[in-house]
Amino acid sequence: MITTLPAFEGPVCPVPLNHQDQIVMGHGSGGRMTSDLIRTIFQPHFSNPALNEGNDFASLPVPAFENNSGQLILSIDSHVVKPIFFPGGDIGRLSICGTVNDIAVSGAKPLYITAGFILEEGFQIENLEKIIQSMEEAANESGVQIVAGDTKVVEKGGCDQVFITTTGVGWLNSGVRIGGQYARPGDVVIVSGPVGDHGIAILAARGELGLDTEVKSDTAPLNNLIDAILEAAPHTHVLRDPTRGGLATTLNEIAGQSKVSILLEEDSIPINPNTRSACEILGFDPLYIANEGKVIVITPEEEAEAALTAMRQNMYGKDAAIIGRVIISNPGKVMVKTSIGGTRLLDMLAGEMLPRIC
Amino acid sequence: MTDTFALLNQFRNAELVKAGIAEIHRITTRHWAIMEICGGQTHAILRYGLDELLPENVELVHGPGCPVCVTPLELIDKALAIASQPDVIFTTFGDMMRVPGSNRDLFSIKAEGGKVRVVYSPLDAVKIAAENPDKQVVFFAIGFETTAPVNAMSVLQAKALGLKNFSILVSQVCVPPAMHAILSAPENRVKGFLAAGHVCSVMGYWEYPDISQKYHIPIVVTGFEPLDLVEGILMTVRQLEEGRAVVENAYSRVVSENGNIPAQELIKKVFEPCDRGWRGIGEIPMSGLGLRKEFADFNAETRFDVGAIKTRESEICIAGQILRGTRKPPECPAFGTLCNQDHPLGATMVSSEGACAAYLRYGRSRTGISENKTS
Repeated sequence: MITTLPAFEGPVCPVPLNHQDQIVMGHGSGGRMTSDLIRTIFQPHFSNPALNEGNDFASLPVPAFENNSGQLILSIDSHVVKPIFFPGGDIGRLSICGTVNDIAVSGAKPLYITAGFILEEGFQIENLEKIIQSMEEAANESGVQIVAGDTKVVEKGGCDQVFITTTGVGWLNSGVRIGGQYARPGDVVIVSGPVGDHGIAILAARGELGLDTEVKSDTAPLNNLIDAILEAAPHTHVLRDPTRGGLATTLNEIAGQSKVSILLEEDSIPINPNTRSACEILGFDPLYIANEGKVIVITPEEEAEAALTAMRQNMYGKDAAIIGRVIISNPGKVMVKTSIGGTRLLDMLAGEMLPRIC
Repeated sequence: MTDTFALLNQFRNAELVKAGIAEIHRITTRHWAIMEICGGQTHAILRYGLDELLPENVELVHGPGCPVCVTPLELIDKALAIASQPDVIFTTFGDMMRVPGSNRDLFSIKAEGGKVRVVYSPLDAVKIAAENPDKQVVFFAIGFETTAPVNAMSVLQAKALGLKNFSILVSQVCVPPAMHAILSAPENRVKGFLAAGHVCSVMGYWEYPDISQKYHIPIVVTGFEPLDLVEGILMTVRQLEEGRAVVENAYSRVVSENGNIPAQELIKKVFEPCDRGWRGIGEIPMSGLGLRKEFADFNAETRFDVGAIKTRESEICIAGQILRGTRKPPECPAFGTLCNQDHPLGATMVSSEGACAAYLRYGRSRTGISENKTS
């Protein structure tokens, strides 16, 4: 006779939940959950020999360039953008482009990137994967390899979803001398396209200002554009990406470093009409708004046209324009010739940019 | 929004501006001090470098029309005291964030964990109050007649919604009493006014003929774009040269004589005239608006018991004389040194619309406007 026994309900530990949807503290433990996260989320996107060795370090060859007496260029940037997804990009694309650009404006070729992630408990793994995917795409576009990484998890409220710190390594051939201190009177100032789009896109995406706009962030890796500029204008003195503080603040830094003055023609500065309108409504000046895919080029007059032509042939420089000149008087200052023929000082951004009341 | 830009561009047409400036040069024979009332106008004049293009004899002096600047220090201290209380969400227009009180600003309160939020409209503050019934939501209701209607609306909305957790900290000021105060001062030099276009869009200009007649002074309602400003200045100089003193409207695309009557009614419904202190100037009788008795429940000053806070201004600062048009920013011993945009000592440095801040920002540190070059 067959008797049916009741299902055994003895003292057996329940199988732990397999947290595949959201980040939990265990993902930062350094144990199996961490290695699973790396194996399933990070590695499929960031595969290269140095990373695949699985060590705590990346062992990297220095590429054989024509001139081996160059220098290593190193740069670091932390990314805490809110919201993490915005029109024109996300924190992943930003974290690669920001560091690639910081390396590239030295005139160096960006080679390797390392990335540190701080994840908030409860962060959706699906969103993490989207970010990783964006990083992969930006790295491929700029030709850099992501060779080392780190992940930490903090308790809910300990950070805002995800913070990413990237370090970049590049190689600068000897003989290239580019820096904010090299602007000379007579040089021509070029910007690679309309300014202010990134900052306005971010503000609009936060949804706090009730502003509806089609402006997209310009987040982009600029190393290919910069290669083209340096080929066309090899004696370029300054390259710099006007990120936080915008065009105005970056030009002030350069004027201060080089002890020269910069005179801009207000009408020649490219500004996307939607960005300009948003700024009018919010009481912002687009010259102080952040960019993430623009470069300022300061180059001797003889090479300016060649640089401009080369820039306009690149997708990230198609709206490039000459916006002013380096002059001798008032060293350290940036001046603007206004559309109606007056002049004014273009100062640095003092603190946080605030909307005006009227 | 592209259309906004196209429209604005018409009022920045360099050729028309130059033609207007040439006409001002042609008709000016004597020295005239003309005051632009509004901080927005000061900002635009210096931003476009308009002051440099005017004849030497046309001197622009900068009026008290920046609401951020004239908000009394004492009230800012009260705002900081309220904002630092637990369970308060303090909402404000953006540029009040970095206006320092006696020793801190709203940024510091935020950094210390206070809930401070920038809003574009007080109606957003009402929304925040409705969404956070367990918090007290306070809006810093500063401004001239321009902001008064929407600030009044926020109180009416909160009342209609039955919100018990919404209140406003009021520092509403009115333009005509300030004009009287400036013109009746013995040291007054102002010979003509560019009236503030935004204020007039709400209030119209029916209040001005009395002032114009009493003090025999031209008053021209003026906008904020370069062409608006040039037209306003031209009309004022023309009156002065011809010995006339009347009210004219150079901003008729926005302003009518009677203004926005429903908006004026909103103001009257919620507010009533009261004495107000102006930072840098002092108290001007009946120059402000306070909540009417029936809306006393919405008064943050009584709700949070901050009435006892008293504050003193810096002794070096000459903001009061600047706001009355008797001195220029570079004449102040602290200008650009002890006092700058990061560490403002007084009214005219605290907002980007303040005369001192605009002078510093747009590089007018050495030449006062009275030392204009002729072009």
